[in-house]
Amino acid sequence: MHPAPSVIIFTTFSGLGLGLLFWLGISPDPHGGWVGFTFFFIAFALACGGLAASTFHLGHPERALKAFTQWRSSWLSREAWSAAGALAVMGLYAFFWVLLGIHIAPLGWLGALLCLATVGTTSMIYTQLKTVPRWNHWSTPALFFALSLGGGALLAGYINTAVFLIALSGAVQAYWFWQGDQRFSDSGTDLGTATGLGSRGKVRAFEPPHTGTNYLLNEFVYVVGRKHGDKLRLISLALSTVLPLLLLLTNPGHLLAVIAVISHVTGVVVSRWLFFAQAEHVVGLYYGKR
Amino acid sequence: MTSLPEQTDRKLGLVIDLDTCVGCHACVISCKGWNTENYGAPLSDQDPYGADPVGTFLNRVHSYEVQPDQGPAQLVHFPKSCLHCDDAPCVTVCPTGASYKRVEDGIVLVNEDNCIGCGLCAWSCPYGAREMDAAEGVMKKCTLCVDRIYNENLPEEDREPSCVRTCPAGARHFGDFSDPESNVSKLSAERGGMDLMPELGTKPVNKYLPPRPKDSWQGEVDVLAPWLEPVAQEPQGFFGWLDKALEKF
Repeated sequence: MHPAPSVIIFTTFSGLGLGLLFWLGISPDPHGGWVGFTFFFIAFALACGGLAASTFHLGHPERALKAFTQWRSSWLSREAWSAAGALAVMGLYAFFWVLLGIHIAPLGWLGALLCLATVGTTSMIYTQLKTVPRWNHWSTPALFFALSLGGGALLAGYINTAVFLIALSGAVQAYWFWQGDQRFSDSGTDLGTATGLGSRGKVRAFEPPHTGTNYLLNEFVYVVGRKHGDKLRLISLALSTVLPLLLLLTNPGHLLAVIAVISHVTGVVVSRWLFFAQAEHVVGLYYGKR
Repeated sequence: MTSLPEQTDRKLGLVIDLDTCVGCHACVISCKGWNTENYGAPLSDQDPYGADPVGTFLNRVHSYEVQPDQGPAQLVHFPKSCLHCDDAPCVTVCPTGASYKRVEDGIVLVNEDNCIGCGLCAWSCPYGAREMDAAEGVMKKCTLCVDRIYNENLPEEDREPSCVRTCPAGARHFGDFSDPESNVSKLSAERGGMDLMPELGTKPVNKYLPPRPKDSWQGEVDVLAPWLEPVAQEPQGFFGWLDKALEKF
């Protein structure tokens, strides 16, 4: 799948921002005043920036509001509702607490729940696709939740929780990377089932429909950088998990914590790039490609 | 609405005969010709006369080689367009309701005024039947020539999809699969019409007829064949001497 920058930015930063909002929402004794304001500002900047980036790859962003209509059937529409709900409820919660000093805990809990729902619906947009076997697995939502909550705890300064969740997200990530390599062949879909000719012999793509490229090949058969896949996976795990864990275990001050955050986010961006670049769509089979 | 109908009154679709298709791509051209100037936005091309032309097509013809365990390989031309699936994943993923399956005839269509161009429907389609138009930013797909099949301004013989009308080999057939007596239902039943990627559960309406088995030479040798056996099995004379001489080296 083509790793569009807008979608990588969207999933990485909205996940991080929503993770931070989750921890701010359930905190029994949240920071007030300017410290509280800063936390909420960072969280909203990440979440809103990420969600705004998701509209950049639309052919008609001016019609984006129509995406709220089909929540009964579409995960993308459900995501739009959860995101709008999470931002609205958490905005209200932050307004009462940071500006008026009134802590309405149930509002925070509801907002935290909606943040989780947004991360979940985002992951389901990818997980639902049977056409991309690497994504079509329970471990995809698990990975999105682990990264969002781990990154959020890191940003929120919950060191012990962050250590546990970042270690967990690293384990889920490693499982997702390497177990995912099996999933296309496990799915049983090949050029034989794609053409219906598999029972008659070995099917080979002899001649493509055209000499040039097309939308399908550009969007679904992205092969750039695949040969570096394993190296990038290790880089991603080192930056998103190993380095932040080492830094956190030294009981860091602010500077080291900032380095841990930058390292983690960079690692997650690499992971998201691989999430798309290494995902193989079954339509590639028709072109003799994966 | 992007929910799928429980059932459709009719099931219009195509039968594509892989035995008959000669791979001429006439259906590709006639499809593009009709659909670029009728339903919805035109099918644009980018850099059409340059070094890297690319464009939107609703129908493309692949060619595959099938190598059986024994016997010669067979070349199969393989036209592919929207299969108008009964359980169309492209419809349910649509966030805006632009993508829908018609209750009256089962045709899967895109209402381009509602399409935000997110591309998710193309991601969900296993067959590559949907292409985003680079100029218009909306999703394009086969309409089963909905603007021909009911069009009373056209002569009756033209009221079928453009690809079917134009196919010089008669490899494409249009009809109603909900009627067991229709031409397409009978053809599909007689010839063992296949679904593509049935394991994905999309329940395609369009059916593909497999190529008929080819003649083989086993057991069917002509009575005159023995007379055509090669006469000289062993080289004689000068070539016989040369053959033996060269063997010694």
